[in-house]
Amino acid sequence: MRHFDYARPTSLAEAVRTLRSLGEGARPLGGGTDLLVQVKEGHLRPAALVSLAGIAELDGVGLAGDGSLRVGARATMQEVADHAAVRERFSALADGAAVVGSYQTRNAATIGGNVCNAAPSADTSPPLVALSARAQIAGVGGEREIAVEELWSGPGRTTLEPGEIVTAFVVPTPPPGSGSHYERHTPRKVMDIAVVGVSTQLTIDGGVVAAARIALGAVAPTVIRAVRAERSLIGRAVSGEVAAEAGRIAASEATPIDDVRGTVAFRRYLVEKMTSASVLRSAERALG
Amino acid sequence: MARQTHLLRVNGREHEILAEPNRTLLEVVRDDLRLTGAKEGCGTGDCGACTMLVDGRIVTSCLMLWPEAGGHEVRTIEGLADGSALHPLQRAFIEHGAVQCGFCIPGMILAGVATLERTPGATRAEIRDGIAGNLCRCTGYQKIVDAIESVAQAPAGRD
Repeated sequence: MRHFDYARPTSLAEAVRTLRSLGEGARPLGGGTDLLVQVKEGHLRPAALVSLAGIAELDGVGLAGDGSLRVGARATMQEVADHAAVRERFSALADGAAVVGSYQTRNAATIGGNVCNAAPSADTSPPLVALSARAQIAGVGGEREIAVEELWSGPGRTTLEPGEIVTAFVVPTPPPGSGSHYERHTPRKVMDIAVVGVSTQLTIDGGVVAAARIALGAVAPTVIRAVRAERSLIGRAVSGEVAAEAGRIAASEATPIDDVRGTVAFRRYLVEKMTSASVLRSAERALG
Repeated sequence: MARQTHLLRVNGREHEILAEPNRTLLEVVRDDLRLTGAKEGCGTGDCGACTMLVDGRIVTSCLMLWPEAGGHEVRTIEGLADGSALHPLQRAFIEHGAVQCGFCIPGMILAGVATLERTPGATRAEIRDGIAGNLCRCTGYQKIVDAIESVAQAPAGRD
């Protein structure tokens, strides 16, 4: 592999200082399953990698006293996918984490890495958006918290300042009567990248939709919300017809590109069908 | 680049390694420790030929910088047998003729070990899921699944 410096700080404060002092050429290293591939293939030429492996503050998945979920940035995909509370109450996130790569990938890959690589196709990003997650960020100037969708500014680009590290994602407890879901389309079942990913969360109250979030992956420069499709569901009882209408609206909100994985037309078709199916699935889970 | 020293624990033995930190766990285990069971197939985490167990979980060692494995328990195919007694999965691969060229087999067996650890009594579908990150270009997988299944279905304590 090409040369880079390697630092392994043992505290968050030290990591932030190290990243800051090394400047633009330094990158935080999570599980490495994406970063090291990019380095090996020459897409990235970091002057230094700052390992996050020694920083205990970034570990762990757990529920806070108020029922919200905290996922440390260094939590692995497999940890997230296997966590009982995530599967039961934040199902979309478990769905997303469970389909990344292979067991080998998921045992190393971290949620912080998956989100901060800012790939529009990242499998945990649409679920985090659908679940209204917030990203906690540490930097030289202190800590801040933003909605997860504000982390991305384009493919592979984030709004993080030099020296800033995402430390955790915090997901609010879904209200009673909520269900969420994520599904992606890939030609292969494993070791593949989403052609389209769709995540939904519905809250059903008195038989009608009280709240809806729909997030689309791999159909825009960043993961996006299909806000008009969300609105179309409010106040209505979920049926095949209502879900299909939300799918059609979501397809019109997507701005996909043609690439090796799919054409614009195919991606719009997938958004329509997958959104419709995901709305039905979230409704099932909300009522289950 | 400055070489770094870290302790690396492989198959229960501690090694003090002095090496450039941009080398992978796979490179250090193969070239410095001369444990050449794990193979480099793709080098990008797709094929699973470099699979090792780190703290009991399978990872692609071609995508792990070796200092990252410091402080953890690394296990390779060489650490699976108990002296001259092969691990039940190793015996099953021989008995079922699950090996052809052999390149994928160290990774495949470790993925099998992890599968049975995670899902004792795994079904064929669970076995296929467990080895989905390991490519074999010879066997068509049937005999590999047969071999792992035979151990999964064996009465506990047979070995």
